[in-house]
Amino acid sequence: MRRLPPQPDELIDRTRPLTFTFDGASVSAFEGDTIASALLAAGQHVLSRSFKYHRPRGEICGCGQCANSLVQVGDAPGVRACGHAVQSGMPVVHQNAWPSLRFDAMSVTDRIGGLLTPVGFYYKTFIRPRRLWPLYEQALRKAAGLGRLPRSRAERQWRTEYRRRHCDVLVIGGGIAGLSAALAAAERGADVVLCDEGPQLGGSLLWEGGAARVRQLAARAEQAGVELLSGASALGYFDGLVAIWQGDVLHQVRARTHIAATGAIEQPFVFPENDLPGVMLASGARRLAELYALAPGERAVVACISDSGLNSALALKAKGIQIAAVADLRTDALRRPAAIALASAGVEVLPGAAVVRAAGKGHLEEVMLAAVTPDGRAREAAQRIECDLLATSAGMMPSGSLLLQAGGQARYEPALHRFMPTVLPDGVHAAGSICGYEDVDAAELSGQIAGLQASAGSASAGTGTGTESLELRALRERLESHSAEPLTPAPAYTRDGRRGGKAFVDLDEDVTVKDMALAVKEGYDVIELAKRYTTVTMGPSQGRFSAQGSARLLGELTAVPLEEVGLTTARPPWVSVPLGVLAGRPFEPAKRSALHAEHRRLGASIRWAGDWRRAYDYGDPDGEALAVHTRAGLIDVSTLGKLIVRGPEAGELLDRLYPNVISTLQPGRIRYGVLLSDSGRITDDGTVCRLDEETFYVTTTSTGATAVEQWFSWWLADWRLQAHITDVTQGVAAMNLAGPNARMVLAKIADFDVGPESFRYLDARQGQVAGIECLLLRIGFVGELGYEIHCPGPNAGQLWAALLQAGADLGVRPFGLEPQRILRLQKQHILVGQDTDSESTPYSASMQWVVKLDKSHDFIGRWALEDAAQREPQSMLVGFTVPSGEVPTEGAVVLAEPGGAVVGQVTSARRSAQLEQSIGMAWVPPGAAFDGARITISDGQRTLEALITTKPFYDPDGAALRS
Amino acid sequence: MSFLLRCPNCGVRELTDFGFGGETSSRPSARPQSRELASYNYFRRNVAGRQREWWVHRSGCQAWFLAERDTRTNEVIWTALPADAPPVRSAGSQEGHR
Repeated sequence: MRRLPPQPDELIDRTRPLTFTFDGASVSAFEGDTIASALLAAGQHVLSRSFKYHRPRGEICGCGQCANSLVQVGDAPGVRACGHAVQSGMPVVHQNAWPSLRFDAMSVTDRIGGLLTPVGFYYKTFIRPRRLWPLYEQALRKAAGLGRLPRSRAERQWRTEYRRRHCDVLVIGGGIAGLSAALAAAERGADVVLCDEGPQLGGSLLWEGGAARVRQLAARAEQAGVELLSGASALGYFDGLVAIWQGDVLHQVRARTHIAATGAIEQPFVFPENDLPGVMLASGARRLAELYALAPGERAVVACISDSGLNSALALKAKGIQIAAVADLRTDALRRPAAIALASAGVEVLPGAAVVRAAGKGHLEEVMLAAVTPDGRAREAAQRIECDLLATSAGMMPSGSLLLQAGGQARYEPALHRFMPTVLPDGVHAAGSICGYEDVDAAELSGQIAGLQASAGSASAGTGTGTESLELRALRERLESHSAEPLTPAPAYTRDGRRGGKAFVDLDEDVTVKDMALAVKEGYDVIELAKRYTTVTMGPSQGRFSAQGSARLLGELTAVPLEEVGLTTARPPWVSVPLGVLAGRPFEPAKRSALHAEHRRLGASIRWAGDWRRAYDYGDPDGEALAVHTRAGLIDVSTLGKLIVRGPEAGELLDRLYPNVISTLQPGRIRYGVLLSDSGRITDDGTVCRLDEETFYVTTTSTGATAVEQWFSWWLADWRLQAHITDVTQGVAAMNLAGPNARMVLAKIADFDVGPESFRYLDARQGQVAGIECLLLRIGFVGELGYEIHCPGPNAGQLWAALLQAGADLGVRPFGLEPQRILRLQKQHILVGQDTDSESTPYSASMQWVVKLDKSHDFIGRWALEDAAQREPQSMLVGFTVPSGEVPTEGAVVLAEPGGAVVGQVTSARRSAQLEQSIGMAWVPPGAAFDGARITISDGQRTLEALITTKPFYDPDGAALRS
Repeated sequence: MSFLLRCPNCGVRELTDFGFGGETSSRPSARPQSRELASYNYFRRNVAGRQREWWVHRSGCQAWFLAERDTRTNEVIWTALPADAPPVRSAGSQEGHR
């Protein structure tokens, strides 16, 4: 397309040329061009290949509404070329064509495709034989590919942010109706936000000769304090929240009242070969001419059903484009003033006529015009007219998706031949051409009315409703003279009766008239079913150009009036949006213990463990584990959940939450406990220590801290006992000093007697270690004599250093998470979530000793456990050793016999350097859950024989930890 | 889903501030029959309409509270700490909120 001489309202800045690339070749453009306008100016008329048949497709609407203009920009696929501003150096490539846009090998489906790809072909053609589906799928995905996504997140260069905004009034749509609504509401004191998807506010007036008027209105609205968002698409309405996508920002706007001023969308005609590049909406052609100074064609035919199309013909003619003919479906078209103006300018206007076929090789070359019957058949031999542009205007469809999502209703009004909003929910108003007010003054008036109504319904707007209602009444009276004009209904499908040529109802999805007819024939004869079967309206344009046309066609095919056919359900998003915009900024907070810097200094390998960054080992997991057995080790266990439960009824609360008795615990003593759900399943485990009569210190697993705190406080809220829960996990650090030398290390720096008589197994002591106030729990965490030392987080580094220093000549070594797992596995200590799952009870996990059914109290899980106690579990958690020394993969399956059925699973497995054995835990049938039983483990290619051990592998009697 | 909730302690906040505890149901007061226990553990009424439910102000004061919400429209009729909640009106419901 050539550039026109400078146009008064053009958006391009001819003093600022720039270049970018398309498929590697350099393209010149101006600042203010879209990708599409620049490509069209450079002679690139085909912007994409279609979804299914890979037919060449060109520009239609000039404003980013359809799938025809989807291109890939850098690593972003699916960019709408006619809605996206071009930037210097921008790398643009085509999508969905191979090897090139000019020659696409897959376009063969256009010629032979009818056989392979009938409507619903994914249910028919490619399903047998079933085993070949993976191959079919691979090929189909490539054929239907719409761009290429970056493979890893590292390639994702951009970041998106959420922004939350609360306001009185949100106006969606920045045309004259929206702007006047926003202004009216803001002038009455309301806090107003307005969003519009165009690069500039103003809507259709920008290219219909009213640019100055809307720009002035926008300036006034801004002065009145309206927050104006342009290039900002409202994606959907979610329980009162409207998500608005503007570049890298997702605005989440919550308004008291909403005004839908979303406009109306010009509709195309359906006729054979209606997808040829060169067939365009009249509004699209005008946009290109007015905003980007492009001649959309040199010799044009205009097809229309209303004055809007005639006006477009006049406007195009004024740009110096030859108008070969105008086909107006109205039989009385010649009486219209615009038709008279056209006739006097020498343009032939054909009343009662429509386009019945287009033709051309890769681009429009000629159209056939003929008078048609009401159902679209040519009454006469068609008149052939050469042209390179067909500008179509088949009436307006309200852009009502947001309104409908908000709970509004729309109906086809047979008298007006328009879809109109009929029911508006409370707090939602509509204005402008969405209500049929296509006249500029009427749109402005309806906007003012909506703005007044919305501001009256908002809290921070001023009072004075009495005067406002007078003002409203006056505006309403003025608007009454502008009622929506009835349209002439376009036939669903116009044709010349010759064979051949595809007539598309939906260009995005390549759905033809024939497809719809076949769907109806196969029984999908209501619109919601036909939509799902044919995918009509399901493409990127979300039915903008196909919802009304497909409904009309279905009505004709099934002889049902359009008002009964209805429309498909409006769903978000209205605009296709990158998932990254919805996801927002990646947010994975890491928790680090107070000792993190110490671990780094000691060269630990740091790994994720839930939300935590933990020291996995310090380079020698076996050596670290052996040091715990022979001398002593020190591990950071600050990640354990730590709760203080305090109050006169704290013991009662814990008695109800644990299956053993907690309230009988003496101050200074510790008990192990598991937590259960009411279905008797293990949800967490840890220790409970009584500090004094009313205070308990509860530890949980590292990953379970938050869940346990919520679990406790939930039941507390329900039972309303006199107790209080404080989660001190983040503020309190903890480390475990374990090994035969642990006592000697502690004795050096503790200010109290740590002797075996005064500080017994399962005793808790508060005292100073290295001058720091600590709580010490003597528990058997890793199976050796050990002390879990809790202290305030800020003192943890000092305590850690003091313990290592005091233990230097006694062989103390720091040990990490991996040696801890080996040590705990040697003792068959379960790891909740690793060894247990949502089906594990204390009985099946071989921990019946933690359940005290003889306790008088009810407790969470008691009833289910009473039942479980009566029955043999389906599967039992037991230890095993592998005599061959091989270590199975965690998750390997247990077989009933070699080659037999799967009866269980390995949950943990390690090699123990201390025991010089391969050890593990597995779920096995109860019949195999006895010492010495043999099981078969199938681990990928390996088959291992293992022996069951129900007692701890190391120190089964617990002599070491009690020493 | 994207509505606002009023935490009885902190005030109106976005939904994303809160954790959902599901519809309230009454924990049996005495040892139930197996069928009743299974029903309590595994079955929910899942009404389309107004329901009383538990929420926790996860990113705020950590308090558990009750709300009545219309599951079809997400209209929240009231929120209250358990002690301040209006009594359960429907016949046959037992004491307690679970």
